Amino acid sequence: MNFPVLVEVQLRSGIADPQGATIERSLPALGFEGVSGVRVGKAIRFTVDAPDEAAARERVSALCQRLLANPVIEDAAITIENGSQR
Amino acid sequence: MKVGVVLFPGSNCEHDVVEAVSRLGGQAEIVWHGERSLGGIDAVVLPGGFAHGDYLRPGALARFSPVMAAVGDFARQGGPVLGICNGFQVLTEAGLLPGALQKNRGLKFLCATVTVRVDSSRSVLTSGAPLGAALRLPINHFEGNYICSEEVLAELRDGDRVVLRYADNPNGSVDDIAGICSPEGNVVGLMPHPERACDEVLGSVDGEGLLRSFLGAGRLARTSA
Repeated sequence: MNFPVLVEVQLRSGIADPQGATIERSLPALGFEGVSGVRVGKAIRFTVDAPDEAAARERVSALCQRLLANPVIEDAAITIENGSQR
Repeated sequence: MKVGVVLFPGSNCEHDVVEAVSRLGGQAEIVWHGERSLGGIDAVVLPGGFAHGDYLRPGALARFSPVMAAVGDFARQGGPVLGICNGFQVLTEAGLLPGALQKNRGLKFLCATVTVRVDSSRSVLTSGAPLGAALRLPINHFEGNYICSEEVLAELRDGDRVVLRYADNPNGSVDDIAGICSPEGNVVGLMPHPERACDEVLGSVDGEGLLRSFLGAGRLARTSA
């Protein structure tokens, strides 16, 4: 099965996000009030070939730990969509 | 005494290191990142630049370059390893030094000469530098804001492993950290560029003492090997 995957890498909570803070501060100047909690991250999309969703998640989780996110400063949120037959 | 200077695609300070090492009486040779062995070298430098384009994160992909397995073995055997700027980022991503380097506080690329203080002489880079010495060294980075967990910070402090601190913190690094070393002191990473402070024409010669210590450690490693 091929599973489309979305990995969202974000700075861990508690780690300052100057990009998010700058965006948040600039919004009121453009008339956008009431926006808070802006965090900037990365979205990485790919497909993973695995027998089932649990196996796909396990592989993606491992590759996030080893490469896509730096666990010292980042968290990775994994979304796995419905698989399609090869 | 031979220093291997690793060249990754995107490194850009390798020749500065070769020049500085040569002037100080060492022999330097460039080692391509695709090599699986370091050959008969006595010390390794990971130079500054943008290894693998800094794609994903600085150092994230460089750590998978074939030569890095050999650098890891060399470090674990006690060989002197120095990571400067991007090289420091590579060492943290490779797990040879703890912590990480994130974007500068203020989100500006910094290019300046700053003052750093020698706070530990137990590393191969600072063994010959007087404790408390104030050195003028250039910095040139976007991701130089050192961060680590509280536990790691305590280990670094208790182990006397913070080798250099900024006098006036330019980038937001925790505890003003500009450079750290491994528990044994043979692996050192720092954001400032000592190799660019080895000639009066460049505004400072304060990098010479540091690199002399490093070359001395390499000579020692050679004799004891």
